[in-house]
Amino acid sequence: MSKPTSAVHLSRLCATVLVAFAAGAQADPAPSHADLLWLDRIAYGVDSASLARLEQIGRHNFLDEQLAARDERLPPPIQAQIDAMPISHQTMADAIAKLAAARDKLKTIDDAQAKAEERKALRKQGVALAVQAQERELLRAVYSPAQLKEQMVWFWLNHFNVFDRKGPEAWLDADYVETAIRPHALGNFRDLVMATLTHPAMLVYLDNARNAAAHHNENYARELMELHTLGVNAGYTQNDVQEMVRILTGVGVALNPRTPRLRANQQALLIRHDGLEFNPARHDFGDKVLLGHGIRGSGFDEVRQAVDLLVAQPACAHFISQELATYFVADDPPAPLVDAMARTFQRTHGDIRSVLRTLFDAPEFATSLGKKFKDPMHYLVSSVRLAYDGREVPDPRRLVVWLNSQGEGEFAHQTPDGYPLVASAWDSSGQMSARFELARAMGRGDVRRFGGVAMPQMPQISGALFVQAIKPWLSSTTLAALDQAKSPAEWNAYLLAAPESNYR
Amino acid sequence: MQRRHFLATLAAAPLAGFTGRVFAAPASSPRFLLVFLRGGYDCANLLVPYASDFYYESRPSIAIARPDSSTSGALRLDADWALSPAVREALEPLYTKKQIAFVPFAGTPNLSRSHFETQDDIEHGLPENAHADRSGFLARLSGTLNGVATPIAFTSSLPLSFQGGGDVPNISLARVGKAAFDARQSAVLAGMYKDTALAQPVAEGLALRQQVAGEFADDMMKASRGAVNAYGFTQQAPRIAQMMRDKYRLGFIDVGGWDTHVGEGGAQGALANNLGNLARGLAAFAQAMGEDWKDTTVAVVSEFGRTFRENGNRGTDHGHGSVYWVLGGGIAGGRVAGEQVKVAQPTLLQNRDFPVLNDYRGLLGGVFARLWGLNAAQLARVFPQARAEDLRLV
Repeated sequence: MSKPTSAVHLSRLCATVLVAFAAGAQADPAPSHADLLWLDRIAYGVDSASLARLEQIGRHNFLDEQLAARDERLPPPIQAQIDAMPISHQTMADAIAKLAAARDKLKTIDDAQAKAEERKALRKQGVALAVQAQERELLRAVYSPAQLKEQMVWFWLNHFNVFDRKGPEAWLDADYVETAIRPHALGNFRDLVMATLTHPAMLVYLDNARNAAAHHNENYARELMELHTLGVNAGYTQNDVQEMVRILTGVGVALNPRTPRLRANQQALLIRHDGLEFNPARHDFGDKVLLGHGIRGSGFDEVRQAVDLLVAQPACAHFISQELATYFVADDPPAPLVDAMARTFQRTHGDIRSVLRTLFDAPEFATSLGKKFKDPMHYLVSSVRLAYDGREVPDPRRLVVWLNSQGEGEFAHQTPDGYPLVASAWDSSGQMSARFELARAMGRGDVRRFGGVAMPQMPQISGALFVQAIKPWLSSTTLAALDQAKSPAEWNAYLLAAPESNYR
Repeated sequence: MQRRHFLATLAAAPLAGFTGRVFAAPASSPRFLLVFLRGGYDCANLLVPYASDFYYESRPSIAIARPDSSTSGALRLDADWALSPAVREALEPLYTKKQIAFVPFAGTPNLSRSHFETQDDIEHGLPENAHADRSGFLARLSGTLNGVATPIAFTSSLPLSFQGGGDVPNISLARVGKAAFDARQSAVLAGMYKDTALAQPVAEGLALRQQVAGEFADDMMKASRGAVNAYGFTQQAPRIAQMMRDKYRLGFIDVGGWDTHVGEGGAQGALANNLGNLARGLAAFAQAMGEDWKDTTVAVVSEFGRTFRENGNRGTDHGHGSVYWVLGGGIAGGRVAGEQVKVAQPTLLQNRDFPVLNDYRGLLGGVFARLWGLNAAQLARVFPQARAEDLRLV
C-alpha cells in the first residue's frame, strides 16, 4: 500500500524540491534523522520546503533565519485566500465604528423580538470575524516559512489568552493578534506586556475596562501578575494586587466615538486611540506602593512604571523562561536550562530572541528531540504540513473545525491561564480516541460536503517527503499497521495516528 | 420544562447496561460523583445568609431577598440560611427528603485567591507543604479502594484529581455520535501503541468510544456544542447516571462558567441561570440513578468563594470560603452542616471573604471513611495528614 501517488499536485516550490530530491538521490540519499527531529521542533513539522531550506543553508543559518523571521511569504494561493478575507481590509477603527453603529442601532429598537433578532445578527457578525481570524492564523501556521515565529505567535496568544465569546471580544481578536502579539512575538517581552495591556481585547476580556477609582475590579490586575509576568507565589501579596488595581484604574476601552467630558486640568492626561482609552476621571491619582517600590500618582505613566517593575523582577525572567522551556523542550524542563534562559532574559531586559537562542543552543534541547508529546495545535499543523505538503487546503474552515474538535481552538479557552503545555493535559484515553478520529478525518480529506464545498478525496500520503523523511524512521510496528490498511484513507489515518506522528 | 424533557429522554434510553464488568462489586456498594465547579462560584448567592443585615448592606444590587411566604422566593432552610430561588424548584424536593445538605465555610487553606493554583491544590488533596507526590486525591482513593469502585472522568481531558494513579479512563458525554473506527481498525490502532507508554489510554479510549457509541446509539438528545457549562451538565446528567448505574462507581465531572466578576445578578441573572441548570442536572441525575440513588453520594465543590461585598460592577471578585453540597439517596441531609460562624463584618476573613472553617480534605475524608469504611491508614493515603471530620452526612 505504499506505492507513490503520481497525482499529487505540488506547488511550484515543492515541485522544485521534489526534483532536487530526485536528482540528489544518489549523492545525498536522505536527510539525517537528527536534522529531521531538529526541524520538527524548530518548525511546526517537516514539509518539503522547510526540509529543502535546511539542507540548503544548514542548521546554523536556518536558526538565524527563523529567529529573524526573515521570510514570511506565503504561497500565492494562500496569500490570496487571506487577502480575500474581510478582516484583512478592516482596521481596528473600522471594526469599532461598525460595532458602535450596530450597538447604537440596537438602542433605538423598542420591540423586544426585533431587538433580540438584531442582537443575534450582531453576534453572528462577530462570530464570522473571529472565525476568519482563526482561519488566518491556522493558514499562517501551516504555510508560513517563518515557522518559529508562527509557533511563538501561538505561544504568546496562549500566554496572553483572550476568549471570543465575551462581550464584543469577537470583533477585537483579529486585531489583537495582528497588532498586539505578532509584531512582538520575537521581540521584547516588556513591549508584549504593554501591547496586550493596552489592547481593548484584553481590557474587555479581563474586565479592566470596568476598573475605576470608585469601582475596583481586580480581575486583570491579579492575572497580569499571576499569569502574565511573575507567576503565582512569586512573593507578591494581596496588597500588591490591590495596589496594581489602583494603578490600572481608568485604563479602559474606547469602543464608541464619544470622548469623555473632562475638567480642563485632566484633558491633557486623556489617552484615546485604537480602542484604548485612559480616562483620568476614572483614575486613582493617589500614590501607590508596588512590590516595595513607591509609584507617584501621575496617570498612565504609573502603568508604564509598574510594567517596568514587573518585567524586571527575577521571578518574571524565571517564569517566562520556564514556560518557554516547557513548550519547546520538555514537560518538566531541566532547571539549569531554565536558569540559563532566565539569566539571558535579565541580561537582555526581556529580549525573546536571545532567550530562545540560549534555549536552542543548549545541550538539553538536543537531547530532548523527538520526546515531546504534541499538543493538538502541533498535531494538527504538523499533520496538515505532511499530508498537504505545500498544496492548498481546499477550505481553511476545516482547519478551524479540526482544531476545535480537539479542545484547543483559538480564542476558545475561557479562562486566562491558556491551554496547558504538558502531555498529561492531552494524552488521556478520551483525547487519544478523539485524536484518532481527527487522523481519520484528515486522512480522507473529510470527503463529506463541508461548508457547501464538496471535498476531493485525499490521496495516499506516500510522495517524496514521505519516502525521504518519514518512512525510514517508522518502527516495524507502525509499518506492519500500515500494511493492514484497506484503502488510501485508512492508510493515511494509521500514518497520522502512529506514535511517530504524535511526538516532536 | 427541561426536567420533563430529561425524564422523557431517560424513559427512551435503553435500560441494558454496559457489558464487560471488570469486577463483581456488591450491588449495594457505594457510588461517588465529584462535581467540580471551576471558576469559584458565588456561594453567598446560593446559600443566602438572610438573617445578616450585613449581607444586604454588602450587596445593594445583587442580594437575594429574604424568604417570605411565597413559594417562588428563597427557600428558608433554618434561622440563618435560605436557598436561592434559582435552585428551589429542583432542590426543594431533595431537601425535604433529606437528600441534600450544604456545608458553608468550606474550602482550602490556600489564600492565593488564584483559580488555577487553588483548583490544583484541591485536586492534589495534599497538605500545604507536601509537594513530592503530585497525584490527585481521587486517583489515590481509587488505588486505596483497589477495584471496589471503577473510576471514570466524564470530561474530555483527564482531570488532575485522577492523575498519577494508573490509567483512569475519561470520556466526555457531550457528544456521543457513531464511533469512527470499527473493531478491526481499533485493533490496528491499539497495536501501534502496544509497546509504548500510551498503550493503555489508547486501548481504553478506543474501547470506551465504541461502548458509548453503542450505549447511546438511540440517544437523540443534542448537547450544547460540547461546551462545558452548567447547561451542558444538565444535558449530560442522565447519561452520566446511566454509566454510573452499572460499571462505574467513582466519577468526576467539572462545570465551568462561575467567574462572575461582572453583572452576576441576584435571584435572576447569569449566576442564577447557571445554578438553576446545575441544580436541574443534579435532580435529573438523582432521578436517573433510580433505585441505585440510595447508594450514591455526590459532592459539589469549587476552588473558593467570592468577595462578600459586591464589586464596582455588580459582580464579585475572588474570595475564600465556599459552600459545598452533599447529595445522595441515603444521606442524612435536609440541613446546613459543619462548623459555622455568624455572618457579619467582624467574622470576615481580611474584611473581605468567608473564612474556611471546614477543610475540604477533612470533609471529603470523613465522607469517604463512612462510605467505604476506610481505616486511618487508608485515609492517610488519600488525604495525608488530614483529620477526617465526621459530619455524619452519610
